[in-house]
Amino acid sequence: MSENIIKVVVIDREGTPHTIEAPTDMGMNMMELCKASELPVEGTCGGMAMCASCHIYVESDHELPEPSEDEEDMMDQAFFVEDNSRLGCQVHLANELNGLTVRLAEVSGD
Amino acid sequence: MIETDIIIIGAGPCGLFTVFEAGLLKLKCHLIDALPQPGGQCSEIYPKKPIYDIPAFPEILAGDLVDNLMKQISPFKPTFTLGERAETIEKTNDDKFIVTTSRGSKHIAPVVAIAGGLGSFEPRKPPIPNLSDFEDKGVEYIIKDPEFYRGKDVIISGGGDSALDWAIFLAEGVAKSVALVHRRQTFRGHLDSVQKVMDLAEKGNIKLITDAEVIGLEGDQKLSSIVIKHKTDGEYIVSTDHWVPLFGLSPKLGPIGDWGLAIEKNAIKVNTLDYSTSIPGVYAIGDVNTYEGKLKLILCGFHEATIMVQSAFKRINPDKNLVLKYTTVNGIQGF
Repeated sequence: MSENIIKVVVIDREGTPHTIEAPTDMGMNMMELCKASELPVEGTCGGMAMCASCHIYVESDHELPEPSEDEEDMMDQAFFVEDNSRLGCQVHLANELNGLTVRLAEVSGD
Repeated sequence: MIETDIIIIGAGPCGLFTVFEAGLLKLKCHLIDALPQPGGQCSEIYPKKPIYDIPAFPEILAGDLVDNLMKQISPFKPTFTLGERAETIEKTNDDKFIVTTSRGSKHIAPVVAIAGGLGSFEPRKPPIPNLSDFEDKGVEYIIKDPEFYRGKDVIISGGGDSALDWAIFLAEGVAKSVALVHRRQTFRGHLDSVQKVMDLAEKGNIKLITDAEVIGLEGDQKLSSIVIKHKTDGEYIVSTDHWVPLFGLSPKLGPIGDWGLAIEKNAIKVNTLDYSTSIPGVYAIGDVNTYEGKLKLILCGFHEATIMVQSAFKRINPDKNLVLKYTTVNGIQGF
C-alpha cells in the first residue's frame, strides 16, 4: 500500500461491502469519504456533529479516539445506537485505520 | 394572494442572497419557508457554529451569516411566509405559477426559485418497520395539544430539551402515567430540566427507562404496547396509549419531489446554463439541485443564485436588454 493511502470497507444498508481507497493526508473523515464514494450518507450538517445523519457502526477492532461530548449528545438523535456506534464525520482517516470496516446505520424512516 | 416577481422557496442563505441579486435587477422577491425563522439549516441546526469557507470571512458564525444576509437584502424589502411548507405548484393560463402552502397561503409569480436545501425540516422518524401503521393512532412526533394526553399512559423517547420538557409537563397532573425512554443515562437538555426530571422520577411521577430504546410497536388498529430493548435486561413489552418519539428534526425533500420536476438522487436536475429545471420558469439553486460536478457549498449556491436571476429577468422582461449591474457604480438602490 502506498504512503498515505489506506483501504477501508464500508458495508451499505443492503449488506454489500465496498472497499474504498482513502487518502489520509487530506484531513478527510468517514462521512466525507462515503459521500465522495457516492454511498448513501447524507451528512446534512456538513460534518459538525450536529445532525446524526452519518451514523455508522465500527465493525473492525481498530482503536478510535473516544467520542467527544458533542458527538455523544448528537447520537441521541440517531437510532439503534450500539457501543460501536460513531458519527462518520468524527472518524478522521489516518494511517492507523488501514483495514477499518464500518457499517452504515439505518437512517430515519419516511 | 401574494403577488411578486420571484417566489423563493427556502429562506436559507442561498434563498436570501437571491433577493439581493434579484433586487439589483429590480425584481421583487417573496420567500416561503417551513421553519418559523429565516436562515434554514444555519439558523435551525448550527447557529453558533463557525463557517470557514465564505470568501472574505476567515470565520463567521452561521447565525451571523444569516443576520448579515438579512441586512444585505433589507433594501429590497423581501416579504416572507414562514412556518408554512410549500405544498403545491400550478401553472396559470398567463404563464405564471401559483404556489400554495401547507396552511393554504397562495402566492403568484412568473418565476419560482426553489432554494429548498435538503428539504423542509420534519420530525426525525425512527426506522421501525410498522411505524406508519400507528401514526396518529398512538404515535405522534409533535405534541400539539397536551390536553390530548389527559388521563392517558404516555411514553416519550429522546434525550433533548423537548423530550424532557414534555415529560415534565405531562407528568405534572396531565397524563395518567409518563415514561421517558433514553439510550443512555445522561441527558443533553438544560441542567434544570434534567434535575426536574430526576426529581419527578424520584417521586414516581416519571418512570425513567435509560440505557434503552424502543424497537417495536404492537397493537390492533391502534397502538397498545411498545417493545423496549434494554442494554442489559434485553427486550420487553410495555403497554401504553401513546408513544411520542422526539428525536429532533431532519430535512426531507417532501412535496417538491412530486411537482413533476426531473429528480436525480433526491435532488432537482438543472441546466447549469441558468439553473433552470425541467419546467420553464422554475429554477433550482443551492443544495436542492444536482448537475455534473455539483458541490453542496453555500458559496456555490450564491453563484447559482446570481446566474439564475439573469435568466429570470429575461423571462419576466423578454423585451428589455439586460445590463449587468455593478454595485461599484451606483451602490445599492433599494425599493
